[in-house]
Amino acid sequence: MADTAVGATSDPHASGDDPSRRDFIHIAAAAAAGGAVVGLAWPLIDQMNPAGDTLALASIEFDLGKIEPGGHVTIKWRGKPLFIRNRTPAEITAAIKDDHADMRDPATDESRHKPGKAEWLVLVGTCTHLGCVPTFNGGEYGGWFCPCHGSVYDTSGRIRKGPAPKNLEVPTYAFLSDTKIKVG
Amino acid sequence: MSGHSTYEPKTGLERWLDSRLPIIRFAKDTAIDFPTPKNLNYWWTFGGILALMLGIQIVTGIVLAMHYVPHVDYAFNSVERIRRDVNYGWLIQFMHANGASMFFLAVYVHIFRNLYYGSYKAPREVLWILGCIIYLLMIITAFMGYVLPWGQMSFHGAVVITNLIGAIPVVGPSVTTWLWGGFAVDDPTLNRFFSLHYLMPFVIAGVVILHIWALHVPGNNNPKGVDVKSAEDTVPFHPYYTVKDGFAISVFLLMYAAFVFYMPDALGDAINYVKANPLVTPQHIVPEWYLLPFYAILRAVPNKLMGVIAMGLAIGTLFVLPWLDTSKVRSMRYRPTARLWLGIFFIACLILGWCGANPPDEPVIGHAPSGLIFLDADINSFVWLSRIASLYYFAYFWLITPLLGLFETPLPVPEGISEPVLSHPAAAPAGSVAAPEKRG
Repeated sequence: MADTAVGATSDPHASGDDPSRRDFIHIAAAAAAGGAVVGLAWPLIDQMNPAGDTLALASIEFDLGKIEPGGHVTIKWRGKPLFIRNRTPAEITAAIKDDHADMRDPATDESRHKPGKAEWLVLVGTCTHLGCVPTFNGGEYGGWFCPCHGSVYDTSGRIRKGPAPKNLEVPTYAFLSDTKIKVG
Repeated sequence: MSGHSTYEPKTGLERWLDSRLPIIRFAKDTAIDFPTPKNLNYWWTFGGILALMLGIQIVTGIVLAMHYVPHVDYAFNSVERIRRDVNYGWLIQFMHANGASMFFLAVYVHIFRNLYYGSYKAPREVLWILGCIIYLLMIITAFMGYVLPWGQMSFHGAVVITNLIGAIPVVGPSVTTWLWGGFAVDDPTLNRFFSLHYLMPFVIAGVVILHIWALHVPGNNNPKGVDVKSAEDTVPFHPYYTVKDGFAISVFLLMYAAFVFYMPDALGDAINYVKANPLVTPQHIVPEWYLLPFYAILRAVPNKLMGVIAMGLAIGTLFVLPWLDTSKVRSMRYRPTARLWLGIFFIACLILGWCGANPPDEPVIGHAPSGLIFLDADINSFVWLSRIASLYYFAYFWLITPLLGLFETPLPVPEGISEPVLSHPAAAPAGSVAAPEKRG
C-alpha cells in the first residue's frame, strides 16, 4: 500500500487535500470513536448498580401476628435493620401529646403510621446522623437512643435531641391484610 | 532507529517536566514520531489489535471479579447470575469469554506473520522470545480462566491438565497435590486459580512493555525483510500507522462484536452449562479451540510422560527458532520453497486442531476402522492423523527449517525498502520521494 504511488507527480488522491473534506473525515472518525467509548463506558459503570436479583429482593412481606402489644422486632430489609413495634396505648398517647412540641423535623404522630393502625410503627432502624442502629428504651423520650453520638428519638421515632438531622425514616409499606405488611 | 529524539518542549511547564520526568518526550518518540518502515501491510496491524484485546480482557475481567464468587458451591451460580441479573453482565461476560478467543486468533495471526516474514531473525531474537513468553503466559491464563465458571468442562479440563504434571518422575504426584491444595481439584484449587488468573494479565502487560521496548531498539521488520537504510524508508508512526492500525482494529472489532452479540456460545462447549460434578466425567473432554493442536500432540504419543514432553516441546521449540533457521533471507516473499513448507505447516496445525477436537479412536475416513493396528492405534483413526501432523510439526522446525537455509535458492532480494519504487519506470525523479509525510 504505502510503497506504491508515494511521490508520484500525478497524485490521483489529490482531492483528499481539500480541507473541508479532510475535516469531515476527522470529525466523523472522532465522533464514531467517541460514541463507541461512551456506549461501552455506560455498561461498565452501570454493572455496579444493584443487580436484578438484588432489586427482586427489595420488598419483603412480614406477618405482624407474632408481635404482642409492647413487643418489638428487628428484621433485615435491603441489608439494613427494620424496626417493627406494636406500640402500647401509653406510648401512642405520649407521641400525640408531643405533636406540637418544638422539634427539629416536625411531624405529627398520625403522619408516621397508617390510618387506623396507630399501634404499628414501622421504621428504618438506622440513625439519620451517620447510620448506626439505635437501641429501644434509651433516652428521656421513651423511644430510641443511638449509642454512637447520642441522638434521642421519641416513641414515634422523631428526633428530639442529639446530632441527627431527621426523624427515623418510615419506609414505603402497605397492609396486605390486618396482620400482614409488605415493605418496599 | 531509536536513540534520537525530535521532541522540543514548547512551554515552560513542558521544559520543567522534561528535565525531571521526560514522559512527554518518551510518548512522542515511541508512539508519535517513531520511524516506521513505510511498506508495512495489514499483517502488521495485529500488534495493535493484541494490545487492545489485552486491555479489553483486563477491564472486563476486573468487572467480572466484582461479581464472581470463587467457591465450589457458588462459582457456577455466580457466573449465571452475572449473565442474568447483573446490569449488562451478559455483555461483559460474553466480551470476556469471546475476547479470549479473539486474543488467541490475533496472536496466531501475529505469530504466522512472524514466521512468514522472518521477523524472529537477528537482530530481533529477544523480541521474538519475549513474544513466546507472552504466548505461554496467555495459555496458562486462559486455562485457569476457563476453570473459573466451574462447569463440567471447566472441572474435568482442570483435572486432566493438572494430572499431566503427575507424569513427571519422582516429584510429579507431590507437585500435583501441591498445585491442587488437596487430593483432587477442589475449592482450594479454584481459589488459587482465581487469584493467579487475576494476577497473570498484569504480568503479561509487563512483558508486553519489554516486548515493545525490544521492538523499538531494532525497529519494525517489514514485508521485504530488508533493513531500513535511511529516513526515506520510514514514515512517522502517527498518523500513518495509528490510522492504519485504527482501521484494522475497527474491522477486527466488527468480527468480535458479531460473536459477542449474535453467537456468544459458538466457540464454547455446551457441556460447560452443566455444573461441575466430580463424580461424572463428560463423554469427550476437549479444551478450547485455541489449545486443540497441543492437545492433539499430547494424545498422539502413547506414553504419558513422553506425551507431556512432546506437548511442552511443541511450545518450547518456538523459543529456539531464531537459531534453527539458517537462512539469512528474512521475508518468504523471496523464499518460494520455504513458503511452500510453511504453507504445509499451517495446514498441519489446522489438522492438529481438527484431531484435538475429535475422539482419538474415531475413524477419520468413513465410519469403520481399517483393522490395521499399529503402535496401539488403528491406522484410520485421529490418533494416527495427529501422529503424522505432529511429526510434521516438529520436522518443520528441527529438520526442514535448518536444511532449507542451506539448500534452497532464494529469489533476488531488493537492496532496500524504497528500491522498487525508485527503479519503477513511471516513478518521479528521486528527489520528489523525500519526506512523503509532509504531504497534507
